Amino acid sequence: MTAMCDMAFLLLTFFILTAKFKPDDPVVVDTPASISDVKLPDANIMTISIDRQDKVYFGIDGQFDREKMLEFVAGKYKVGFTPEEIKQFSLLSSFGVPVGNMRQLLATKDKSKIQQPGIPCDSANNELTDWIAYARYANPKLRITIKGDVNSSYQVVGQVIKTLQDQNINKFNLITDLKAKPKTL
Amino acid sequence: MADIDTGGGKKVSTKVDMTPMVDLAFLLVTFFMLTTTFNKPQTMEVNMPEKTDDKKTMKVAESRTTTLVLAENNKVYYYSGSKEPQIQLTDFSATGLRKVLLNKVKTIEEPIVIIKAKKESKYKNLVDAIDEMAITGIKIYALVDITPEDLELLAKSPY
Repeated sequence: MTAMCDMAFLLLTFFILTAKFKPDDPVVVDTPASISDVKLPDANIMTISIDRQDKVYFGIDGQFDREKMLEFVAGKYKVGFTPEEIKQFSLLSSFGVPVGNMRQLLATKDKSKIQQPGIPCDSANNELTDWIAYARYANPKLRITIKGDVNSSYQVVGQVIKTLQDQNINKFNLITDLKAKPKTL
Repeated sequence: MADIDTGGGKKVSTKVDMTPMVDLAFLLVTFFMLTTTFNKPQTMEVNMPEKTDDKKTMKVAESRTTTLVLAENNKVYYYSGSKEPQIQLTDFSATGLRKVLLNKVKTIEEPIVIIKAKKESKYKNLVDAIDEMAITGIKIYALVDITPEDLELLAKSPY
């Protein structure tokens, strides 16, 4: 009987430790609810997050793709990154700083302490376009998802959608929580 | 194991029965096995029309269109067609927008809904509006920019 009990606790410990946790996002986003139950695909997703203060964050999955994307952006903005910084970048699940502040972000050890100001995407200075374009160049199979907060203003969301349309991206997903379909119509 | 010396000489065993603990352990294991897959968030698919440079807009029968204007504080203004429209106000409750849309579905063959959002509205309003399309079964809808004419109409309305 004790042997079985030991086995049971070993299995339990194994499952507790191998439960994968969501990578830490720099931003807390409270998504609105919808009845849509289409599941988010597992891989090849680009996430554009908008928090309740209308700051825009960007992230893709895949360490190799992140490195390639950073190299393209570095080329366009003429910023040099050391291999150490590129490695740090490839571990970031999402970020929200203008390219100018990127090196500073990568240098800090504890990124959750920094208030990331968001990626500029207004018509005067739209860095988001470049990130999206180079991400798709690095990985053409990327699917675009927008994770907006309940209280983000439509203006920013509209601007992001316009940025996507300018690059001829007309199919994207909005990440939402599940809510039950109303029974009586 | 030491025996407790009770007065009458009866022997009391101090062995603990482990069965309930094992049951609990298995329950916990099963729980974790099943819940490690529950973290995928849901998504809503959105297809936008292609952005054309020329002002070529698709001509649709105006009798079948309803235009929703999402405004601040979860208000939704709506009007039908586009000739001399009467603006009406509703909200996102079950008796508000959903009832209006269900009426349209009942009375019009294939209703078309145009969703415009004022910049004071929130993202939640947009998601709720698109969600109502899915709930009421309206398949043809579009998200377009708000026009100055709409803003004038709203300003002139009694709401």
